[in-house]
Amino acid sequence: MSVTALPMGGGHTGPGSDFAADAAVPPMLKTSGPSLWRRAKNRLAAVAVVAAVAVTAIPLVSMIWTAVARGSQRLDLALFTNSMYGVVGQGGGLLHALTGTVLITAATATISVPLGLAAAIYLTEYGRGQLAALTRRAVDVMVSIPSIVAGLAAYALFSMILGPGTRSGLAGAVALSIIMVPVVVRSSEEVLAMVPGDLREAGLALGAPRYRVIRRIVLPTALPGLTSGAVLGVARIIGETAPLLLVAGFTDAMNYNLADGRMATLPVFIYSQWSSKGLDAAAYDQRAWAGALVLMALVVVLQVLARALPPQIAKLRRNR
Amino acid sequence: MAVLAVLAGVLIFLAVEGGPAVFYKQGALPAHATSFWQLAGPLAFGSLWVAVIALAFAAPPAIGVALAATVYAPNQRFGRLLAAVLDLLAAVPSVVFGLWGLMILAPLMGPVDAWLGRYLPWLPFFAGPPSPTGRTVLTAGLVVAVMILPIMAAMCRETFALTPTTLMEAGLALGATRWEMVRWAVLPGARSGMVAGAMLGFGRALGETMAVAMVLSPTPFLVSVNVISSDNPATIAAFIASTFPESRGKQVGALIGLGLVLFGVSLLISVIGRRIGRKAVPA
Repeated sequence: MSVTALPMGGGHTGPGSDFAADAAVPPMLKTSGPSLWRRAKNRLAAVAVVAAVAVTAIPLVSMIWTAVARGSQRLDLALFTNSMYGVVGQGGGLLHALTGTVLITAATATISVPLGLAAAIYLTEYGRGQLAALTRRAVDVMVSIPSIVAGLAAYALFSMILGPGTRSGLAGAVALSIIMVPVVVRSSEEVLAMVPGDLREAGLALGAPRYRVIRRIVLPTALPGLTSGAVLGVARIIGETAPLLLVAGFTDAMNYNLADGRMATLPVFIYSQWSSKGLDAAAYDQRAWAGALVLMALVVVLQVLARALPPQIAKLRRNR
Repeated sequence: MAVLAVLAGVLIFLAVEGGPAVFYKQGALPAHATSFWQLAGPLAFGSLWVAVIALAFAAPPAIGVALAATVYAPNQRFGRLLAAVLDLLAAVPSVVFGLWGLMILAPLMGPVDAWLGRYLPWLPFFAGPPSPTGRTVLTAGLVVAVMILPIMAAMCRETFALTPTTLMEAGLALGATRWEMVRWAVLPGARSGMVAGAMLGFGRALGETMAVAMVLSPTPFLVSVNVISSDNPATIAAFIASTFPESRGKQVGALIGLGLVLFGVSLLISVIGRRIGRKAVPA
């Protein structure tokens, strides 16, 4: 078998010596051409790789297909204009859950973005020595907090302050912030580190104080990347179920007040439609899948937005 | 600094509310457990067991997909398309996974469980009796495997892409088949990256709540490696989620204590994973 075209998919060049060290005597040096057995192994490996791609794609396709097929049965106007208040069996909608998701997500972003950005600015612009190392370590630890533990922590906080058994949208936002802050820190740090050092030095050389250089030069330059990082963070937390199930609870009615009482959200709506079915079980299943469809659409839109944002903003700024 | 405060806050709140639970006796605990560790032990086993199954199912396709996106990709467009598919899979909310596992995968797994129970009953994993519903540890492990596949594949892809082009070209020039080139030039250098990705996925699998809670209907205090029976061990995260809404007072404290245990275990895993990962990418 002849050597095929070089299969490069974004491979980077670099020093090769340390990679070669591990390879013992390659068997191909012992024969003059690929034997039948070696060709068979090669073919087998290629088949395995194709199979791996198929195995990955099948669940995704199946999930999207199911959500569209089952969810579209209830994808009507009533779904977006009704809550589940007083609804048994057919009808009803997810307006209350959509409202809750929007409110809680907005509150989460309001808490997490400034906090995460501040930490990232500290790490890239000021951070030296032990405190910075400790902060980095803390971010690493926060990334590994399981989402349900974040929910428990928020519950513990709110029950210490307001007494046990409290449920509110705000507590949900706090729980989600524990998940979102490290995501924002990581992405912001990466973007801020990409701002050229020349720009900073130019600002400092003109006599601008450090905070002003950050405010007027570093942040505007990094803005597109920061925005996209924040949007990706939102996409990450918008589907979180477990923490909200614990601290925000579930309700069939509308609730616009983050600080008071149980608040429904889309993921918890899906869960509760499945877990507590009424008489007409099919109607609950349909609503669950319709909710899943709406939620997945939201996540996809956010992801596409995050990817499309940076170049657009950059262009806007250049044109001005 | 703010991050430090938040993290310290998380630890303090958890410790204050959940710490005393370790010493609780019968009556204060959920599910009529006689001591905290009698409750925590089997649940910790369940978490680890489901995570191990998920890892076993997810690792080979994750490596395969990563290879497909780098070495085997016919062109850059294909690699990017595959990356987009993985991102999409990573972004699917966990409830949707749970719903899918329960309504689509579980009915398909019913006959598989029955087959395994009939032909491989001498293996302790398939001792049975097989569950007719497919709501088994095997199904839960498969669902979690699909959930952790993207993160593992992403990690592998990154390390595969670090393989020096010259090394791969040299391998092919020596007359190696493509597989031999992968085996002797790509995989050795990427070994620690693959292990780190596996640890990352394992940590994710441990903390996975909703999908497991929805697929399994657990039997308390059960420790069993049987993956096709309808008597399932529960996992820490799923137990917390399903018990929390009906819990009061000290029972909530016990659940928070369980959360602390889970946090500890997943922290350990991620620290190990990161240490290996750091070795993967020197400089």
